[in-house]
Amino acid sequence: MNTAATDPALVRFGRYLRDNPVVPLLAFLLLLIVMLEIMRPGIVTPFRAGRDGLISAFWVGNLIKFAIPLAMLAACQVLTMLTAGIDLSAGITATVAAFVCATLSSIWGVAPAVFVALSTGLIVGLVNGIGVGLVRVHPLIMTLGTGLIATGCLQVYQRLVINAGSEIPAFLSWLGTGRTLSMPNGLFLFVPFALFIFWLLRFTGFGRLLFALGSNENAARLSGVRAWQVYVALYVLSGLIAAMAGLLYLGMIRQTSLSLANPLLLPSVAAAVIGGTSIFGGRGSFAGAIVGALIIRVLDTMLTLMQMPEGARTVLFGAVILAVTAIYVRITASR
Amino acid sequence: MSDLIRKNAWVAGLVVLLAALLAITKIIQPSFGASGLESVARAALPFAFATAGMAVVVIVGGIDLSVASMMAVCAVTAAVLMEKISGVPAVMIVLALGLAMGLINGALIVVTRVPDIVVTLAMLFVWEGAALLILETPGGSTSEWLQTGIRGSLVPGLPNALVIIAAAVALVWVPLRRSRLGISIYATGSNERAAFRSGVDVGRTRILAYGVCGMFCAFGGLSLASLTGIGEPVPGPYLMASVAAVVLGGVVLGGGRGGLLGPIIAVFILRIVRTILTLLAVDPNVTTIIEGTIMVCVVMLGTALTLRGARK
Repeated sequence: MNTAATDPALVRFGRYLRDNPVVPLLAFLLLLIVMLEIMRPGIVTPFRAGRDGLISAFWVGNLIKFAIPLAMLAACQVLTMLTAGIDLSAGITATVAAFVCATLSSIWGVAPAVFVALSTGLIVGLVNGIGVGLVRVHPLIMTLGTGLIATGCLQVYQRLVINAGSEIPAFLSWLGTGRTLSMPNGLFLFVPFALFIFWLLRFTGFGRLLFALGSNENAARLSGVRAWQVYVALYVLSGLIAAMAGLLYLGMIRQTSLSLANPLLLPSVAAAVIGGTSIFGGRGSFAGAIVGALIIRVLDTMLTLMQMPEGARTVLFGAVILAVTAIYVRITASR
Repeated sequence: MSDLIRKNAWVAGLVVLLAALLAITKIIQPSFGASGLESVARAALPFAFATAGMAVVVIVGGIDLSVASMMAVCAVTAAVLMEKISGVPAVMIVLALGLAMGLINGALIVVTRVPDIVVTLAMLFVWEGAALLILETPGGSTSEWLQTGIRGSLVPGLPNALVIIAAAVALVWVPLRRSRLGISIYATGSNERAAFRSGVDVGRTRILAYGVCGMFCAFGGLSLASLTGIGEPVPGPYLMASVAAVVLGGVVLGGGRGGLLGPIIAVFILRIVRTILTLLAVDPNVTTIIEGTIMVCVVMLGTALTLRGARK
């Protein structure tokens, strides 16, 4: 490979970044944290504000805590984007699972409630998978549509259980709000989950099929891949992950609402995109999406600290997503 | 040639479907007449404009997720402006604003080379925030003549709302469709590389197509403000509905095929379905489920038909 020696340094650097998208992202994350520290001295490093400790475990724990549900929903987007799809029903699926779990817990008990909540995710995913895999509807349209149907079903369901009251299962609040060694308990769910996703993408045939279908669907088909089976499995998995994220978020917020996790949907797409996952399929990593989720949370904190009006925060949020993606596209010189 | 026949067959099918649905409405509610039709057309007006804008960008091969937010910006701008200045200049300013927002969307897509869907997703936040900055809570007012003009029927049996959408499309799209730009839009949507090698300025075409979309969104925002009499900074449910209507209207996602007539007829079909369900005294929440199911089924059927057509 003597081409590497003749290429200008910048091109080589760009190629390195393209192969390791997490490196520049981590640098960007650190830069943001430094900026945050400059804006509000002592928020990250308590010793500068005259308290004990080099780095505030509380602040880091909080950051991770709120990034976890976002990163889980971003996993749905990464997995589906690998096959050039997207799951826009993930936010609503999470909301439905959370609402169903909270209301059924007071009627049937916790275990059946969690089971039913997860199966709602499975059903939404199955419908998405059939639509995308068998009927070949564009994933964007299919998941928007199932999201709409799920919203309607949720509203009808809410009428049925309006008198039942709601109850947040104790283990979910433990998972959502509790801390062990000042790190959020959500990590007990998230670390195994993240390892599972890494294993799935890197070491299993299923993971390779996702990359294959996203890179060139016709080639994959001609190589004997039964694409529809992969799609159905993929969207069912995505639905289950979304439902799980919804349950965790329920434990974190400890309130039921008909739009609980919906505001997380677009940031989850943003986290996946910032994390270097190509919306055209075939390229992406979950590690990038996790860093992307952390970046979004730090940005959120910064905008809150600046005491921006709601509107200006939303504007800046959009502008940053666009800027990061644009810089990223420039550096890696690919779409 | 066969392509032309298939496209027209699709629009004709939509017209038949619309007529059948109107007949069903008449059977369910024998008193359904001009006034019922007028209220359907009025409710469909913002949806129709959002759909027209979406259709143009889908034809050029993109998608604009920020239509609802741009409509919100235009609606609040109109409501704020009309409190201070008279209607006509305000309308002109809002239309220019819509065009500018669309051009910004398009320019960002072309300059940054980030996929349409990501750019417009980011711009969805930007415009939504801008609407909140202009007007934090619903308020403002709209000119009297706009509010009265959008209601009723000057010509009996022909609702004003229908005339407005027809006039807007005729003014913007019909001259464009046959112009150099219109043909470039279809060429870019069909095959961007081929269009580029045939001498089409692909970047300029895409920017202008997004500009046209923004202009339709401005019309949509104006009609929204006129219908409610105030400006509402929170975007309505127009994104979903416009994508559904565009697909139902025979515009192929991915670009290059379809027109504006089909999608606009599709908007009316979707609204009539809602009217029928309301007349049948169906729970409004169940209506949402049924609407969503219809949308998904229609898109599935449409995709299956397109695939079969492609295989032949």
